[in-house]
Amino acid sequence: MKTWLLVCLGLVACASTGQRGTGDLGLVVERASGSVVLVETTKRSEIGRVRGLGDLSHASAVFSRDGRYAYVFGRDGGLSKVDLLSARLDRRIVQAGNSIGGAISQDGKLVVAANYTPGGIRIFDADTLELLSEILTDAKVVGIADAPGNRFVFSLFELGEIWVVDASAPRQPKVTRIARAGKQPYDGFVTPDGRYYLAGLFGEDGLALLDLWHPGDGVRRVLQGYGRGEEPLPVYKMPHLRGWAAAGRYLFLPAVGRHEVLVLDRAGWKEAARIPVRGQPVFAVAQPGGRRVWVNFALPDNDRVQVIDVDTMQVVQELRPGRAVLHLEFTPRGEQVWVSSRDDDTVVVYDTASYAELARLPVEKPSGIFLAARAAMTGF
Amino acid sequence: MHRLAGPLALFTLAAASSAAAEPTPARRAELVDLVRQDCGACHGMTLKGGLGPSLEPAAVAGKDSEQLEFVILHGRRGTPMPPWRGLLTEPEARWIVDTLKQGLPK
Repeated sequence: MKTWLLVCLGLVACASTGQRGTGDLGLVVERASGSVVLVETTKRSEIGRVRGLGDLSHASAVFSRDGRYAYVFGRDGGLSKVDLLSARLDRRIVQAGNSIGGAISQDGKLVVAANYTPGGIRIFDADTLELLSEILTDAKVVGIADAPGNRFVFSLFELGEIWVVDASAPRQPKVTRIARAGKQPYDGFVTPDGRYYLAGLFGEDGLALLDLWHPGDGVRRVLQGYGRGEEPLPVYKMPHLRGWAAAGRYLFLPAVGRHEVLVLDRAGWKEAARIPVRGQPVFAVAQPGGRRVWVNFALPDNDRVQVIDVDTMQVVQELRPGRAVLHLEFTPRGEQVWVSSRDDDTVVVYDTASYAELARLPVEKPSGIFLAARAAMTGF
Repeated sequence: MHRLAGPLALFTLAAASSAAAEPTPARRAELVDLVRQDCGACHGMTLKGGLGPSLEPAAVAGKDSEQLEFVILHGRRGTPMPPWRGLLTEPEARWIVDTLKQGLPK
């Protein structure tokens, strides 16, 4: 015991790293204070806070393949590598003027940042954050996702294109441009199996679908004209597709300008249903297992969360976690969901079976919640 | 209404419009929060821009106030800027424009 203690004192981070895994760890972005709160989902508690991450007003995170490090992308172009075990900032660079997010490669060796200013992506070594290459796009990059084959896929808002980048030789990435993908893509995602990329379109009714097995075949429009001929409702916050809701053969997608969740059947890529919900959906996220889909909303309905039953395609529950619900994230097997309420400075944890509130954590202006289990998922 | 540029004009405006339902101090605090947090979703929390353009004083000072009010209330067709008239009144939009031109309080 005594020897152990001495050894321990000799190692700087011994007490905080201890002997533990990261499978139940994650972080919550504190968007106004440039910090992240580190959390664990077993006892549902805060285990640390890392500061000095810059402007996190539209921040997202991906994880190293061993689940130890989080890469946090900030609005100010900051890319911060956070050690979840020692609760420290491992390294940080400011790589652009205005950034929107990023992704990590299939092999975990490359971290890619998606930027608005200058429009483009930058590819970094995941260990050192050394810049390996840059691709300029002359347009805002949205909806970046990783795809099998060390590829990255993203859309260009002003150009209406989808680009597929093969980064298997990261200093000489190869770009495949898919022109005329759709008007004003606002976000995109890769299906959990890594095969399809879908871009949501703001400038037209529908989504652009790209088969990543055959990118040369170009895009196909799906759910075309889902609101055609009807006056769109105001969209006070852009929907996000990155938390995709894939439940079995169905994909659940926020309609733009309509208070509906659209259901796309992967068999044939046809509309299977449209489900009326309380407001403009922002995130529609499938509970692992695919039985339910949880939805949050833009103003003025952003104090609600609704739950859709996939079996009946109906809303079966409405919760009021707090004011300005910005994000929700499930534990990997779906028994808990973590929900951020920005204006109540709270993260609320629910039991997904009973809807009972399990915990409430004080977090300052929380936005995105990112659990380390994402390390093992394609698309991030 | 034609407006002069500069701080003097803003004072004049504040005095002139105080009769017409100027937002109360409590509402102003809410509006500052709404601009920073909710407009900030697209324009950036520091208002330096994102999907939407910068709303910093240097970017908006030279623009016509009435036009900016119109954009806030009615949106901009062909862009993601939504019409806020369901959530904001005309005096509130006017107050937001004037405040943006001076710099949004922290």
